Amino acid sequence: MAERIIELRDIKKSYGQVYALGGVNLSVDRGEVVGLIGDNGAGKSTLIKILSGVVQPTSGEILVRGEPVSGWSPARSRDAGIETVFQDRALAVQQTIVRNIFMGRELTGFMGWLKVNKEIEEASRLMREIGFTSKVFTPHSIVGQLSGGERQGVAIARAIYKKAELIVLDEPTTALSLTETAKVFHFVRQVRASGRSILFIGHNIHHVFDIADRFVVLDRGKVALTADRSEVKSAEDLINFMEDVAHPGGLPGLHDAGDAGRAAR
Amino acid sequence: MSKIMEPDLQSPLGVTHDEAAGKEWRHPSDNWLRGFILDNRASLGTLGVFIVMMAVFMIANPVVFTTWYLYSSVLTTLPVALFVVVPLVFVVTCGEIDLSFPATMGFASWVFALVVQAGYDPFLGIAAAIATGTLLGFLVGSLVVYGGLSSLIATLGMNFLLRGLIQIINEGKSTALTSLADSWAYKIFSSQIWGIPVQIFWAIAFVVLSALLYNRHRFGAQVRVVGDNPDSAQQMGIDVKRVRVKVFVFVGIGAAIAGTFSVMINFTWWPTAGDGYLLPVLASVFVGGTPTWGGIGTVIGGAIGAVTVAFIQTGVVAAGLSGFYVQFFNGLIIILSLLGHKWNQARYR
Repeated sequence: MAERIIELRDIKKSYGQVYALGGVNLSVDRGEVVGLIGDNGAGKSTLIKILSGVVQPTSGEILVRGEPVSGWSPARSRDAGIETVFQDRALAVQQTIVRNIFMGRELTGFMGWLKVNKEIEEASRLMREIGFTSKVFTPHSIVGQLSGGERQGVAIARAIYKKAELIVLDEPTTALSLTETAKVFHFVRQVRASGRSILFIGHNIHHVFDIADRFVVLDRGKVALTADRSEVKSAEDLINFMEDVAHPGGLPGLHDAGDAGRAAR
Repeated sequence: MSKIMEPDLQSPLGVTHDEAAGKEWRHPSDNWLRGFILDNRASLGTLGVFIVMMAVFMIANPVVFTTWYLYSSVLTTLPVALFVVVPLVFVVTCGEIDLSFPATMGFASWVFALVVQAGYDPFLGIAAAIATGTLLGFLVGSLVVYGGLSSLIATLGMNFLLRGLIQIINEGKSTALTSLADSWAYKIFSSQIWGIPVQIFWAIAFVVLSALLYNRHRFGAQVRVVGDNPDSAQQMGIDVKRVRVKVFVFVGIGAAIAGTFSVMINFTWWPTAGDGYLLPVLASVFVGGTPTWGGIGTVIGGAIGAVTVAFIQTGVVAAGLSGFYVQFFNGLIIILSLLGHKWNQARYR
């Protein structure tokens, strides 16, 4: 069995009387792409924030490589090798690809002077690793000239440079065209091939269905379904299931692992 | 949703798959001339403006422009401007502005004058001036950054405040420093070599060092990133506030050096020292091709902008027009440069 990078057990988060998460179990193994699907308000962003340590869960347990951790924080999350690429991509668009990849971690030598050649070399290596090659662009190209999918690539490359084991992609394809989405998928597959894990968050089921090895459907703060790729025949199955969760009616052929699905039925 | 309408997302990179196969990163040096031009568009544009302007002046009166005196006079005062234009490029790139540098020039050179007048070595005076500039820069920067104030207004206020202090204490009286003429510091920083004012060499060294600092140093890299996307910089672990304070300190140091040079040229310190530099220096930064929105800029362009602005007055008069034309040409060059840069530089968002 593959090594378990991170496991969340029975995570609950409430803001006053309101439950954002009501007992969520989620785990990611090494080299796997987990697709996290959920409608707006399902608790996706709260879950990501807990994962990246920005938000503390009200209750529940977090295990890193099987070991329970206490005092979960953004620093702990980074140490555990979790890197979140946020929706806004957080790139400096007037700067070169190199400057973005090494933002805040410039490769410097004597008295803080940049090791320019080393940075280009390293950036080229990273971009090659995620399958980002181009005849048009160089590591010296301005990020503002890149398309949306390519910008995601730069953000992913930057995350990888931090020695990330698990890269959390927050809605990476939401605002992108088909071609651009395909590019992001290409990067994601390359990252998986290098033995890293990805948590792919989205509300476009087709997108998530095509890229993920395993699906987790979140609904109103609970896991409504976890299923392996082999267990779901098509994206329609998933859509039907999600509709079923939203409007109880029954769906044969799928076994649900969460409480919400059962409760809804 | 029918099967046909479903996007084909299985093939990597979609339709561009075949093209992508076997592609490699093009090495940046493959076409160095094109790369050089693209990387230096703004400063090359500024150079173009300067050359065209000089050509117009020279055609109007070719004889005057063969006299060395004309260039020598510009080269004496230009360095003073260069020492503040260059740090201001950093400030503007960082997304801020500093209008307090004229008062910092006056204040730091006042400290220099006091030390020299008291009979100490001018080198000690220079050190004291730079220390004062650093301190004032830190003060102004901290006020803006930690006080959370608008740099435009806060630095304008600091300019009045510091200048006011100088005026109150000195009651408008200047200080003559005749002893400077025989000092070593004067020989090194303010004399002439083969008829060329020596301060221009110091200024060029400063510009080159700053250009490297801007393009090849962690400081410059972080200044650009902070000016471009401060949230992103913060998220990536850059101490945004610290970087912002640092650029104001840099202006303070530059202004101190500039002020000291201006005193050494005249052997006299005036309570108004530095005041006349506010607008020409600001104009130089933007004529040079550094945009107002932050994130990018050009040190070399700023330096060429300073040369351009310095030559406007001399050129207009030398070309045979009356001094009344100077302001008009100042404005004309600024507007034409801005239009040129807008066309020359795309803004990425």
